[in-house]
Amino acid sequence: MADIFYTKDHEWIKVDNGEGVVGITAYASEQLGDIVFVELPQKGMSFDQGKDVAVIESVKAASEIYTPATGEILEINSSLEERPEVINNDPLGSGWLYKMRVLKPEELKSLMSEEDYNKLIGAKS
Amino acid sequence: MSNNRGLDHDEKLLFEVGDISKTGVDLPDPENIKNMLGSSCSDTEIGLAGLSEPETLRHYVRLSRKNYSIDAGLYPLGSCTMKHNPRLNEKMARLEGFSEIHPLQPISTCQGALELIDLISTWLKELTGMAAITMTPKAGAQGELCGMMAIKQALIFKKESHRKVVLVPDSAHGTNPATAAFLGFDVRTIKSTQEGLIDFEDFKENIDEHFAGVMITNPNTCGLFESDIVKISELTHKSGGYLYCDGANFNAVVGKLKPGDLGIDAMHINLHKTFSTPHGGGGPGSGPVVFSKRLENFCPTPLVKKINGKYDLIENLDNKELSNSFGRLNVFHGQMGMFVRAMSYMLSHGSDGLRQVAEDAVLNANYLRESLSMHLTPAFQGYCMHEILFSDEFLSDTNVETLDFAKAMIDEGYHPMTIYFPLVIHGALLVEPTETESKQSLDHFIETLKGLVARVKNDSDSFKEAPIFTPIRRLDETQAARKPILRWREEVPAKA
Repeated sequence: MADIFYTKDHEWIKVDNGEGVVGITAYASEQLGDIVFVELPQKGMSFDQGKDVAVIESVKAASEIYTPATGEILEINSSLEERPEVINNDPLGSGWLYKMRVLKPEELKSLMSEEDYNKLIGAKS
Repeated sequence: MSNNRGLDHDEKLLFEVGDISKTGVDLPDPENIKNMLGSSCSDTEIGLAGLSEPETLRHYVRLSRKNYSIDAGLYPLGSCTMKHNPRLNEKMARLEGFSEIHPLQPISTCQGALELIDLISTWLKELTGMAAITMTPKAGAQGELCGMMAIKQALIFKKESHRKVVLVPDSAHGTNPATAAFLGFDVRTIKSTQEGLIDFEDFKENIDEHFAGVMITNPNTCGLFESDIVKISELTHKSGGYLYCDGANFNAVVGKLKPGDLGIDAMHINLHKTFSTPHGGGGPGSGPVVFSKRLENFCPTPLVKKINGKYDLIENLDNKELSNSFGRLNVFHGQMGMFVRAMSYMLSHGSDGLRQVAEDAVLNANYLRESLSMHLTPAFQGYCMHEILFSDEFLSDTNVETLDFAKAMIDEGYHPMTIYFPLVIHGALLVEPTETESKQSLDHFIETLKGLVARVKNDSDSFKEAPIFTPIRRLDETQAARKPILRWREEVPAKA
């Protein structure tokens, strides 16, 4: 069973066996509105936790995506280039952004559980 | 029913109006043509739309009437300073000695124009308390680029090119991080506090040995004065960096403070905002940049100098003053027509008048804030500077969003304010009335907005429908971005 963690910047990471899948939350995709462009990192690049790795542009704004964990990019969801609306339609599923090798699993402790994240957005709305 | 709304037409493209079989002129058939093009000579149709003279004229007149401008009404775009361009400016800009000159004509024949560049330079240095100026940048964003190039040049000169990090607050105009990134700097975002100001602690924490400088807008895009600015400039300089100021909001403080006194190293001035030259479809921008003592040797060429009673353009990099310059930014010397308009504005206002402009601009924004604070939701407590920022909290228990509210304003005869900017405020509505508006004009605007707010709860559907009174209603912004249609193509009728 994979563990899912959230950041205060509205990214999620699902970790299973040292591999993480990263995306943005439903709340974030709603707030952004219709997403029209996604710029993803290249496979093989490495980033420290909290670094900006991607850009999501909607009709309202361009937003940076900060990686929830340190690691190496293993795969990107290249279908988003042609169909960025998938993020709006299924942010937690087929709208994932990239897969990564999680190099410092202990960092995940600094992230939020689903319950804590729901509290955070509950306070906002 | 047609898509025309009253006498405002749903204007078609020329290709839809015209017809290649028509022509607006009656020319005699050419005689005795000698083919000098060989096989490249062609007499097939090239597909240009044929139009009669009245059709052509009507097309362009109708298009011109769609151009909303400050001459037509209140234009409350936040962070844009859409102020009236006095017609005296236009008269001055049309004087032959300014309008009929060419940048390559002999210096001795355009001394008056150079004198004006020198005079406006002196005024701008005086108003900003800065040591040097370049007049050449063509707009605000190019001014930013110019200022940051001077900073980069200074770092190269000091052999400190490892300083690669530029800090930018999260409330900044998008051009700030774009400029820094374009020049190869790494951009780091610094947070705003709950009060809408730069978080000084976060700023401090982001300074390390790679710190090149910080880009600040003051007053910022929340319409607030960055009260820690002196602390920020002191720490910036102590840490070996430079302080760039985005001068977009200078209108709020002209004659009230000098940016040089705050420790700013470079700042662009939008002549087309603060000094009333037309913009936003009405004319080109102009973004002179002023520099502190620390940067004055690094600004671009050319310089206008008076030598032995004659004005000259100094360009030679062997010249002591220019030996560290990064060279030319533009081919020519800047937007001459805008210099004339801005100078005309400054001279006709005088120094006391310019100060009053700043005061009236701030007063107008605060009059709006006070009058609307029970109806819309001010994003921050207390007084604002030249613009007032609202959040969408007043819409929170309805299904109306900021965009719908803005569209409904169009039906009420008002161009909407800036929306969804700055990004730090949810559903932001940013209103900058400028000093141009009278109390009567502001009162009418206030009553209209109050009326809309009163309607939000009971009649939210009408907001979703708005605008009704425009030939084209809502554009499909999503599809326009995802699948843009960049070329008109004739519809081929389906074969029967």
